[in-house]
Amino acid sequence: MKSIADLEKIRQATLSKVNLRRESEGTRIVVGMATCGIAAGARPVMNAFVDEVAKRNLLDVTVAQTGCIGMCRYEPIVEILAPGKEKVTYVHVKPEMVPRIVNDHVVNGNPVVEYTISNAE
Amino acid sequence: MNELSLYILDLVQNSIRAGATLVQVIVKFDTAEDLLVIEIHDNGCGMDEELLNRVTSPFTTTRTTRKVGLGLPMIKQQCEMTGGEFRIQSAPGQGTVLKLSFTASHMDLPPMGDLSGTMVSLITAASEETDYVLRYVHDGNEFEFDTRQIRETLGSDVPLSTPEVLSWIGDYITEGINEANNNQP
Repeated sequence: MKSIADLEKIRQATLSKVNLRRESEGTRIVVGMATCGIAAGARPVMNAFVDEVAKRNLLDVTVAQTGCIGMCRYEPIVEILAPGKEKVTYVHVKPEMVPRIVNDHVVNGNPVVEYTISNAE
Repeated sequence: MNELSLYILDLVQNSIRAGATLVQVIVKFDTAEDLLVIEIHDNGCGMDEELLNRVTSPFTTTRTTRKVGLGLPMIKQQCEMTGGEFRIQSAPGQGTVLKLSFTASHMDLPPMGDLSGTMVSLITAASEETDYVLRYVHDGNEFEFDTRQIRETLGSDVPLSTPEVLSWIGDYITEGINEANNNQP
């Protein structure tokens, strides 16, 4: 059973990582979480990104949300903004696509073109 | 939407956009009364009477990026389809209270689904500005989760959105809900 007391251990273990995260200007993974995104499956996608970032111990990556950007038919939509690079928009994202996006794009800098909006159109 | 927890996620997004710093989600199952009640209380900017009167119209939204707002009309329809009621109270500067009731055994009622996933998504999305309370009651067995308590334990150095903390929160809520569901008299 989890207890509040576990949090003190987590605090000690993560303190140094948190400081590193604060110091680095990193990549932002932004998930569309308006009604259209949620209905299309954005929640498990967002949680899959959080899990993958934690699993890979990526200290310079943050996961965030945005509202409706007016392209509801492409939801779930995920935008990846890396410093000094052009924004990449992924569409119809499913949780099983997340490990590849993180590995190829976020870690190695190669967008997964077949999942992007340019490929969908 | 195929889970009530997805409706909750969507409705709380309205509270976040209304500038709420505290959102309370209350879920109560009462088997004897065959009743499920979901309440969402926020301390956001609230709505005036004119907006409140048309807020369940699908053509009402405060956004400028589109002309429809489907969250509230969809949950109102879901309440009414399952023999329940939709109530909303709000006033400028006084926040908003949503009270939704459903016939718990109704065949058209979607399952609650991943309530823990909903809370983790909300904390990922807006943990620095907003605190969340989840009160889950199943036939008198209660589980309560409050981000203010977590924040107090972690101190100001470790944000709630730290991946290790989010993972712990997900497991903690899942266990708490399962315990409330399983400890039936």
